[in-house]
Amino acid sequence: MSDPAASGRTTLRDGFAVLGVAIRREPWIFTVSTLGSLLFGALTVADAWVLGWATDHVVLPAFHKGTTTTGALLAVLALFLGVAILRAVGIVARRLGAGVMQYRMQAAYRREVTAQYLRLPMSWHQQHPAGQLLSNANSDVEAAWAPIAPLPMAVGTLAMVAIAVVQMLLVDLPMAAVGLMVFPLVTAATLTYQRFSSPLFTRIQALRAELSEVAHESFDGAMVVKTLGREAEETERFAEKAQQLRDLGIRVGRIRAIFDPLLEAIPGFGVLAVLGVGVWRIRNGQADPGDLVTIAYLLTIVAFPIRSIGWLLGEFPRSVVGFRRVHRVLDEHVDTTYGDVRLPVTDGAARLDVDGLQHSYVAGQRLLEDLSFVIEPGRTVAIVGETASGKSTLTTLLTRLVDPVGGRVLLDRTDLRDLARGELARHVALVPQTAFMFDDTVRGNVTLGEDVPDEDVWAALRTAQADGFVAALPHGLDSRLGERGTTLSGGQRQRLSLARALVRRPRLLILDDATSAVDPEVEARILAAMRTSRDAGSAPSTLVLIAYRKATIGLADEVLFLADGRIADRGSHADLLARNPAYARLVNAYEEVPT
Amino acid sequence: MSVTTGAAATSMATGDEISAWQTIKRGTEISPELKEGFWGTMGFALLGTAGRVVVPIAVQQTLDRGINGPHGLDLGFVTVMAFVAAAALVLTGVASYLMTARLFTTAERGLATLRIKAFRHVHDLPLLTQNTERRGALVSRVTSDVDQVSQFLVFGGIIGIVSVGQIVVATLIMLYYSWPLTIVVWVCFAPLFLSLRYFQRRLSDAYGLVRRMVGQMLAAVSEPVVGAVVVRTHAIEGRTQARIDDAIARYQDASTKAQGFTAFSFSLGGVSAGLANALVLIVGIWLGFAGDITSGKVLAFAFLVTMFVSPVQIGTQVLTDGQNAIAGWRRVIGILDTPADLDDPGADGVQLPHQPLDVVFDHVDFAYPGGPLVLRDVDLRIDAGTRVAVVGETGSGKTTFAKVLTRLMDPVAGEVRLAGQDLRTVTFDSLRRRVVLVPQEGFLFDSTLLANTAYGDLAAGPDEVRRAAAELGLSDWLDGLPLGLDTRVGQRGESMSAGERQLVALIRAHLADPDLLVLDEATSAVDPALEMRIGRALEALMSGRTSVTIAHRMSTAENADEVIVFDQGRVVQRGPHAALVAEGGVYGRLHSSWVAQQGV
Repeated sequence: MSDPAASGRTTLRDGFAVLGVAIRREPWIFTVSTLGSLLFGALTVADAWVLGWATDHVVLPAFHKGTTTTGALLAVLALFLGVAILRAVGIVARRLGAGVMQYRMQAAYRREVTAQYLRLPMSWHQQHPAGQLLSNANSDVEAAWAPIAPLPMAVGTLAMVAIAVVQMLLVDLPMAAVGLMVFPLVTAATLTYQRFSSPLFTRIQALRAELSEVAHESFDGAMVVKTLGREAEETERFAEKAQQLRDLGIRVGRIRAIFDPLLEAIPGFGVLAVLGVGVWRIRNGQADPGDLVTIAYLLTIVAFPIRSIGWLLGEFPRSVVGFRRVHRVLDEHVDTTYGDVRLPVTDGAARLDVDGLQHSYVAGQRLLEDLSFVIEPGRTVAIVGETASGKSTLTTLLTRLVDPVGGRVLLDRTDLRDLARGELARHVALVPQTAFMFDDTVRGNVTLGEDVPDEDVWAALRTAQADGFVAALPHGLDSRLGERGTTLSGGQRQRLSLARALVRRPRLLILDDATSAVDPEVEARILAAMRTSRDAGSAPSTLVLIAYRKATIGLADEVLFLADGRIADRGSHADLLARNPAYARLVNAYEEVPT
Repeated sequence: MSVTTGAAATSMATGDEISAWQTIKRGTEISPELKEGFWGTMGFALLGTAGRVVVPIAVQQTLDRGINGPHGLDLGFVTVMAFVAAAALVLTGVASYLMTARLFTTAERGLATLRIKAFRHVHDLPLLTQNTERRGALVSRVTSDVDQVSQFLVFGGIIGIVSVGQIVVATLIMLYYSWPLTIVVWVCFAPLFLSLRYFQRRLSDAYGLVRRMVGQMLAAVSEPVVGAVVVRTHAIEGRTQARIDDAIARYQDASTKAQGFTAFSFSLGGVSAGLANALVLIVGIWLGFAGDITSGKVLAFAFLVTMFVSPVQIGTQVLTDGQNAIAGWRRVIGILDTPADLDDPGADGVQLPHQPLDVVFDHVDFAYPGGPLVLRDVDLRIDAGTRVAVVGETGSGKTTFAKVLTRLMDPVAGEVRLAGQDLRTVTFDSLRRRVVLVPQEGFLFDSTLLANTAYGDLAAGPDEVRRAAAELGLSDWLDGLPLGLDTRVGQRGESMSAGERQLVALIRAHLADPDLLVLDEATSAVDPALEMRIGRALEALMSGRTSVTIAHRMSTAENADEVIVFDQGRVVQRGPHAALVAEGGVYGRLHSSWVAQQGV
């Protein structure tokens, strides 16, 4: 903020540039709405002309002569009504056009931003907080295109002012000259108002965000607040922000209270000045009363809409910021490249080779160092390690959510990077620790839009021990989940998420601590059901488990013990327990608590 | 299962059933500031709008008396008139200033009150109403919904008041000039006024649809972000984009329709205005022939029609925006009108003694609104100072038991007594100080470790917190943190691990120094080393206090003085672990499933 004037000029230029983008993308709608606005503007001015014409040619003669003709009266009626109806058409074209243009731009940008979210790799998502991405797609898009609403009106106003000025000049030069002083005065007042108020509006926007954060956090922690009886303190915390917001609002109000009446009074003074000059001109026989009426009328009708230019410019700062934030997403070019290998569709389980895998998030801080192992088809392998030993990172590498810094992951001896787009998902399924539910039915959440018979859905739900609570839902498979639907517990969500993976009959299934919120007894039943269905040969698959609980680990044919970014040991659970003290300490810690 | 979730949902009042007028009435009851100085503001508004007729009158006077007057052109008169008019403009400008400033002040003050009251009430609502999925909606009620009302009151409010004032003033002056012409104008606008209600209803429906579509669109847009992993691992990018595009298109359609309707209804006023202008001139000429009116007056009337038209058009626009604002106001009032369920006996209530508390459940039944009984005839006594574990399968009622015990919910029948006092008669202040529930997930606020631990005792400083940590055997953990108590925990404590968050919750509970401790044991396993620390800290925390633990682990049940077993809402077994194992039954079954898991 070293030079507000310069930054103001930049905002002005960038604001027009943003509008330019919209106009280039929607030239026809812009043309229609601008024509509507011009029609409206021209006809508003025409109204004054009709009044002036009627004054000079119908009203005054009628009063002088004491008589008039039906034709003259009908002409008055027709002129006024015609102008009014055309003007109504102009209003509809302008407002609807502006709306259509604004909504189309919003929709187009939202589609592009979300498409970008779907295209960009997981590593990019991990670097950008979800809240920020959501606001990019919502409020930033909205802010970017907000100036479209007043745009046609402002363009129309400009034209209207031009017409009015020309008309005034044609009617009577000296009166017009005095009247025109109104325009620079109104413009100066509008700009001054914005200069004083826009820093306050920026602060208000920021405060609104802070207020919302406090509310979010406080409601999220409602349990703690309630059980410790801290409602009053929380209210105090919220009230502080609410009161700051209130005080700023009042300050904005004071500024507005000065400028609103000022903007309103300027044209009034203008008309009074015109009156003075007009009377003098009429006395000298250089003008007639009709001229005075026309100019006074033109001034009053143009004075109000001229402020729409101010509204347009007032939207610029928010718009420019929003547009830049959206483009920060749109201009990202971190693309994932795909090969064209398609694996043959078989019923058999997949083979997994991990070859010299290295990965790190921060340069110099190796999380995985030279990891190599093979998992034969149909085997169940548990990966065990301390927190932050790289287990979850490994799952993201195995599912190609992230590409490794070094080394390769091979599925059926094919490098994951050589697989065609979408191919990996046909063979591999990952069940993450945090289950995400779509705003959809239970069925939609399990099938994810694929055509799966209900019996298969139920079978998957049964294995995941989710059939019981789903059957008890009011609409069974058709029950809606999400904000407006049924609320599920964390464990129930994890079970649905597991069913979602099972129903696809993956050849490699990876569970990343996927039953952590499930009661231990229920988890035992899930694991038993998975084992049974595997033994029955109905869903043969290779299974990789990230696990803490012994029971989960116990399901594995083999355990990979991860420490310091390497495979520290490998073998059956019993063998490792017997020969590796570090491993034994890790898995037994659970039982040693508390005695 | 976690205490914060539950499949049953209680309804939250939407306020949809109350009318616009009742909304305003109820709104001003909640925020009495809105009524303060209302008539003064209205007075200034009328005076301010009077400024708008100064100029037309000046034009008319100039024409009639300055130019076409009895003495011909009268410069002196015009000069005096111009100065009088200028003075009037200044005066009415000052009135406008006062009106706007006052309106902003009362509106902002009133809405701050509304916001704060609604926020407070959310915390008083039963936990079920505040479930996770609804939190976003609750936040938007105290933020954007109030903003909507505020925008309307200060911007729409000014324009609305000015418009009504202007319509009144214009009508009065028109009546002064000529009552027949005034009737002509009103007749021209009658269809507009009469159709207003119809348009309001249609607009309100159209914008209601828009708001619903916004909600669906936001949900769809969140899928590729919040569900990024699922979308990628299942390769459903195509389907996800289709769902988003569909939601975006539906929102766009709804908005466009609403906009079209607004534009159409707005344009109608212009047609009335054209008709009024023409008829005023025509009827004016006709009246002039009868000698009832001068040409100047007819022309002044034409100006007055403009004075009348623009507030009518703007006023209808304000009414449209008002629909949205009233809907927002209703939603906020809806929160305040949702019963809090639990009544604080306040000053009349009793205080619990500061000593280990004994617990009595006297034939307690509990059911969620409209649901079956979740607790059935629970009748038991827990002696002061004992350590009790509560076990049972998911849905057995053990979590509900904890919630009723801590008075997060009241029983539908029977009584819960602590130290002989019915819970409902104990002041909230005393209850929350003597009874503390430690939830599964240790929730942290985005602040320092010190602030988060001191949440248990606001008077606690760093020394008290360190002492509490030492008493729980957590000094080495605390000392191991590079920034110690000044460590920032991040949003919702995300910079700390789940286990560390639990440690903070335990220090917090210890600082609160309760006499009855209710623990909802975490199910998710954490780092074994931390697990051990948590175990030791819990041990220290429970000593010398009555404790009730919702147990998910065998070891917890084994170490308790007594185990209470829930099945289908009833207490089916109780006694020490060893005795219950011998007895078999539900506990025997649970125990063998535990053993099966552990004993690999």
